[in-house]
Amino acid sequence: MCGAPAQGGTLAGIDLTTQTVIQGSVWHDGTPVAGAYVRLLDATDEFTAEVVTSPEGEFRFFAAPGTWTLRSLSPIGRAERSVAADVGLNETTLAIA
Amino acid sequence: MSRNDVLVTADWATEHLGQPGIVLVEVDEDTSAYDKGHIEGAVKLDWKTDLQDPEARDFVDREGFSALLSAKGISNDDTVVLYGGNNNWFAAYAYWYFKVYGHRDVKLIDGGRKKWELDSRPLSSDVVERPTTQYSAAEPDVSIRAFRDEVVAAIGTTNLVDVRSPDEFAGKLTAPAHLPQEGAQRAGHIPSAVNVPWSKAANEDGTFKSDEELAKLYAEAGLDEGKDTIAYCRIGERSSHTWFVLRELLGHENVKNYDGSWTEYGSLVGVPIAKGA
Repeated sequence: MCGAPAQGGTLAGIDLTTQTVIQGSVWHDGTPVAGAYVRLLDATDEFTAEVVTSPEGEFRFFAAPGTWTLRSLSPIGRAERSVAADVGLNETTLAIA
Repeated sequence: MSRNDVLVTADWATEHLGQPGIVLVEVDEDTSAYDKGHIEGAVKLDWKTDLQDPEARDFVDREGFSALLSAKGISNDDTVVLYGGNNNWFAAYAYWYFKVYGHRDVKLIDGGRKKWELDSRPLSSDVVERPTTQYSAAEPDVSIRAFRDEVVAAIGTTNLVDVRSPDEFAGKLTAPAHLPQEGAQRAGHIPSAVNVPWSKAANEDGTFKSDEELAKLYAEAGLDEGKDTIAYCRIGERSSHTWFVLRELLGHENVKNYDGSWTEYGSLVGVPIAKGA
């Protein structure tokens, strides 16, 4: 399957000794943003994946160790940040100004 | 074929809502997206439960596709207008699939569900029911569908376009990064394939780039227009997006989609695999 599974929720069943998980949530004005499009770009700024945030504003990617860029798109605005990820759980927040 | 025959804008879709002879179809893997809200009057197709055989790894057969479209209330003469999430990946897959079964008039909404949402256009949660029809699918058109033996034979002779992300092409990832990293037995790409990620053909809002930009993209990647082309990804839906670009937008003649893609090729015994960029 290439479509995204439901975002957020439990990490049960995910092997954090082998998977590089980048997850977090999108916020605006102190509230989570549901239905935002979050894309993961690699170190050369090339698109790697995109998910839609859950009702709680959450997103999750399965990447590889390295430097990545997260960018969110939504009708209310954009946000972007860089993440240095290692094997295991990497958590971050995207704030729409 | 030209862009205007196969691609419509969100405005066009809005203007033609409910018009007889036009059926909007949303195709998602995540069917909860449709249930939460869809374009008014659109029917739902689930790329997996509706379009895949429940046992064998293959399409539903001709009779199955005929029964499916009959139940959905789609006629052979209808204009089918597809859209969906994931930057229209699954809508493009359905487009290609409808063409395999010979549907004459199929279009995509440029940007799909994403642009629709980013534009804050209205979505409806009303149940859509259409009277059943007597749909009759054609014999599958294998001139647009590639199978594994011809892919192996294509190494070094036919254009092979790997449309996955650079890290999947290089063998660093075995699946797109929104999924757990599993799938094929081996990572890498088919030798002699060029890597043109599907995303290079799309703008950030999910719409397709201009014909000029697209022609330049594949020319610079070294795609030889005098040769046949096979596109592949991991399971054949991102490569449907590129198949749509090459054949329907740019008018290349002999373009096939290899829906076995990396989950099949990367698990074959005895075939060569290349790694690295």
